[in-house]
Amino acid sequence: MVQTTRRTVLAGMAASGAILAIGVPEVSAATPKRGGTLNVVIQPEPPGLMLGITQNGPTQMVAGNIYESLLKYDFNLKPVPSLAKSWEISDDGKVYTFHLKQGVTWHDGKPFTAADVVFSADVFLRQTNARLRVSLEHVDKIEALDDHTVRFSLKEPFGPFIGVFEGGTMPMVPKHIYEGTDFKTNPMNATPIGTGPFKFDKWEKGSYIHLVRNEHYHVPGQPYLDEVYWQVIPDAASRAVAYETGKVDVLPGGSVENFDVKRLTALKNTSVTGKGWEFFAPLAWMWINNREGPLSDKRFRQAIMYAIDRNFAKDVIWNGLGKVPTGPVSSKTRFYSDDVEKYPYDTAKAKALLKEIGYDGKPIRLLPLPYGETWQRWGEAVKQNLNDAGINVEMVATDVAGWNQKISDWDYDLAFTYLYQYGDPALGVARTYVSTNIAKGSPWNNVEGYKNPKVDELFDKAAVAFPDAERQKLYDEVQKIIVEDVPVAWLLEIEFPTIYRSDVKNLVTTAIGVNDGLGGAWLDR
Amino acid sequence: MQKLGFILKRLLKAVAVLFAIVVLNFFLIRAAPGDPAQVMAGEAGAADAKFIEQLREQFGLDKPLHEQLAIYVGDIVTLDLGWSYRQNEPVSKLVFERLPATLLLTGTAFVISIALGLLFGAIAARRVGTLTDTAVTSFALIFYATPLFWVALMAILLFSVVLGWLPAYGMETVGAHLTGLAYAADVAEHLVLPALTLGLFFMAVYARLTRSSMLEVADMDFVKTARAKGVAPGRITRVHVLRNAVLPVITLAGIQAGQLVGGAVLTETVFAWPGIGRLMYDALFQRDYNLLLGIFFVSSAMVLLFNLITDVVYTFIDPRIELK
Repeated sequence: MVQTTRRTVLAGMAASGAILAIGVPEVSAATPKRGGTLNVVIQPEPPGLMLGITQNGPTQMVAGNIYESLLKYDFNLKPVPSLAKSWEISDDGKVYTFHLKQGVTWHDGKPFTAADVVFSADVFLRQTNARLRVSLEHVDKIEALDDHTVRFSLKEPFGPFIGVFEGGTMPMVPKHIYEGTDFKTNPMNATPIGTGPFKFDKWEKGSYIHLVRNEHYHVPGQPYLDEVYWQVIPDAASRAVAYETGKVDVLPGGSVENFDVKRLTALKNTSVTGKGWEFFAPLAWMWINNREGPLSDKRFRQAIMYAIDRNFAKDVIWNGLGKVPTGPVSSKTRFYSDDVEKYPYDTAKAKALLKEIGYDGKPIRLLPLPYGETWQRWGEAVKQNLNDAGINVEMVATDVAGWNQKISDWDYDLAFTYLYQYGDPALGVARTYVSTNIAKGSPWNNVEGYKNPKVDELFDKAAVAFPDAERQKLYDEVQKIIVEDVPVAWLLEIEFPTIYRSDVKNLVTTAIGVNDGLGGAWLDR
Repeated sequence: MQKLGFILKRLLKAVAVLFAIVVLNFFLIRAAPGDPAQVMAGEAGAADAKFIEQLREQFGLDKPLHEQLAIYVGDIVTLDLGWSYRQNEPVSKLVFERLPATLLLTGTAFVISIALGLLFGAIAARRVGTLTDTAVTSFALIFYATPLFWVALMAILLFSVVLGWLPAYGMETVGAHLTGLAYAADVAEHLVLPALTLGLFFMAVYARLTRSSMLEVADMDFVKTARAKGVAPGRITRVHVLRNAVLPVITLAGIQAGQLVGGAVLTETVFAWPGIGRLMYDALFQRDYNLLLGIFFVSSAMVLLFNLITDVVYTFIDPRIELK
């Protein structure tokens, strides 16, 4: 997924020594201190805070403190308890039983029960959340066995299912507030009620969102902070200044221009981490329109892969954060395999391939991602790489909405994008490559027009194969084929840097980072 | 009486113009590539065809264009600005909750620029050819030619980061929970940098305009006559020269006043000022049609209103101008 206007920008620094020293966010063993206020930047301003209705990046980042789901995921995507204290999966992989925590209450004091879970998953989100709807198609029924036990029965084994209980995919919403109402226009959307560590207090539009401590939170001792202010600062340079002048303590991933990252992290009492993106595993690539012209030739697309200096983009444009991908599956996503064809930076090889095809210098249009300077300059760097190999590239300028439309209408040759993988290839990878997902009108499906019956078959089988070892085999094979065919040009496993004061402890502790709420965060001041 | 008739006639004309603007805007915005359903679907990280269809239906985008127009114009006639589907709130609420912040910023900048612009322009004109004159015209030229956002960034760097005198962004100290006078003082402190930055450009324009216009008037016969009659120089400048020289300044002020509501996109963005300019900017990028059209509507209405006011003000300043 791509968040519009998430502006993350380019580094203007020289390649040498531009790589940051990145620490693993330390999970502090010290006894947390109670109290204090945390100021965090939010960019762009979310359109709403009702996480069940609005599913975009900034909404989840703020509302992840208000709403929760049954599980959370650690850095290795292993599920850990949240609203569910334990769970079992039947031996045939078809029945998921969750035991809910006792004594959890909504922010308005009403008890949270299994009925809320059934309502959220089966009624509310089925209607409002397209991402979850896809997974729910595998579900036969959802039942409350008693007040604190919920059972999801699947029609067939569906491996990715254990990954859908993340806060943004399946947020628990209160049945007593929404049942029987028009969800989208319910006036309570303006004052969201969840079970999370912080309660909604005030939203001064254009300025800030204020959350206060939920004193009845179900994790003993948490939250440690008294309150959190999410400050809306629309200009990236002003956000950097806000951090420098001490007005904010946390700059979540993507809130400052990449060329400011190094300067800011050199400040006193400042840490930076690329962790907290393991679940989404944003993978950047260049769409290649496989349909016509030289781009329909596999060798031309391979030449593009050889022509691009992907390490340069990682080290210079992204300050050394992230990883050069080997193929369609991020190394952080389950069932990743590196047993595939490799495409090192090799201009000579690219040239040889182009010569073999007899490429006549026909101009190729390149559409950068209009998300700010980073992407603009990344586009220019790639253009230069391709020019060096002898490919004649023209840049096309557009804004976000225009970019969406051009991609949806297949009106492009090459185009930058990045999408989330949601932990499992069946959720975040297959959609880009299966031919059943070719349809005009969406910029997020198989817009490159790649068709390979073998790939379709493998992805279909792998999604429902059981157990995991079976899935791994199928995914190994499909990754090999796709990397050989190069339907798109994979550029970077992105890690957006989270910059924060070193005395903010336990800020990023799960695979979705700051999005999982600040219940465990505390100030060592 | 004659004035009243004039105002009524102009009001009618203004309504017709406003209507034309509404229709034009409606088509203009739909002529831009991209549609809001796609933008929203993209942000949600999911886009089965059903989802996009739902959104388009919700926005009314599945209807033919003339039907959409009829619905929109019908709403506007009843002063209903529509619903922002993206933010799930009525457009009028979104616009009017941002209006005070914008008016505070642009209004302050307006007053600063007119007052200081007239003052410096008059000073330069009185001492034409001196060092003072050169200083005023040079600075006016610099501020006129420098991009606003750059001045803003430099002002932040100097006064907030280096000197630490003034807050860098926002309209109030977040989390300070101030009330009454303390709150007003806090807002005033936050207002200084954005209002000055925004005011500088227009101040430069007014100063140059006032100066040249005064120099022109100063050469006229009636000024010579006044001088020959022995009228005090200060009185000549104020009553004879400035009053006549001020007409073009009023014209320009009318134009600037019309833009007060449109806000100042750049200034509001750099200083994180929660005004209409930013609302418009976001709405544009998200193709939030109704919100964008609503902002356009309110700001066009303001432009028309201030044009009218300018015309009326003319007649007070210069009774020779008749209203027809």
